[in-house]
Amino acid sequence: MEFEDPQLILTVPETTNTSDSPPPVKLKDPALAAFLAWLVPGLGHWYQGRRAKAVLFFVCIMGIFTYGCYLGSSSEKIQGADIKIGYARAVYFAWNDEDWRMHFFCQIGVGLPTLPAIVQALRVNGGKEPMGSFMAPPRMQNPPANFPNAGENQQPTLHQLHFNLEYFEMATTYTEIAGLLNVLAIYDAFAGPVFLLSAKKEDEEGESEKKKDEKKEAKK
Amino acid sequence: MDQFPLFAANFFLRFWQANLWYAVPLIIAVSLVYAATRHEEMREILPHALRFGLWIVVGMAVLFALLWYLSWRL
Repeated sequence: MEFEDPQLILTVPETTNTSDSPPPVKLKDPALAAFLAWLVPGLGHWYQGRRAKAVLFFVCIMGIFTYGCYLGSSSEKIQGADIKIGYARAVYFAWNDEDWRMHFFCQIGVGLPTLPAIVQALRVNGGKEPMGSFMAPPRMQNPPANFPNAGENQQPTLHQLHFNLEYFEMATTYTEIAGLLNVLAIYDAFAGPVFLLSAKKEDEEGESEKKKDEKKEAKK
Repeated sequence: MDQFPLFAANFFLRFWQANLWYAVPLIIAVSLVYAATRHEEMREILPHALRFGLWIVVGMAVLFALLWYLSWRL
């Protein structure tokens, strides 16, 4: 299948194209649509004019992502310490000996909404304080001496987050699934619905077989 | 049959206690998004999502029954 054509159109094969068949899907620029779909769930489909699916993807994916952020939030303070828990704590990026946060590789599928987590991680690794607690990585419990931000910020540790946020794991799961679902949506923006693709492939195979049969008959 | 209301009440109480209702939004979202990547029209997406959602529930129930059976004597 070629995607170079900026006006790529997927159509239902003529053999199955009845009055009940869906209309052709105009993918416009698939690469741009896929990028937009990653940036904001549903934006790529909106750009392609597939408005109903755009709304569906946005509501479903952003709905569970937002709910996951809510589950990982609290305005309370850590028990026994003057540290606020903060908001959207389940979405953060950290890559150190204490916390290999691989969940973020799933969460980043949601795109732009995870940008604050990247900014916060860059700030902390660059030796700066995170901007508030929103999507900030937790403080390391035993940071190495050369860690740029060791012990300076007022962030809770990962252990404290688990202890004080009852649904921290649930929040992580929700936000991860949101990211993974958006990967499906990105593919849909790039290549169209799977059933239409397979129908087109079958149609192409059928046409090639027809041509072969015609050649055989011509030889006879 | 007389025991059914009691059974249903017990089931929903345990469902609530085990926080299983957190699975409901996920099942709805996953079914809708998956179905939407398979079809273009809403009239096709919604029935497919319903079927897929039921498959998820049945699959989870079978897995639950299997794990329950395996842990029966533990």
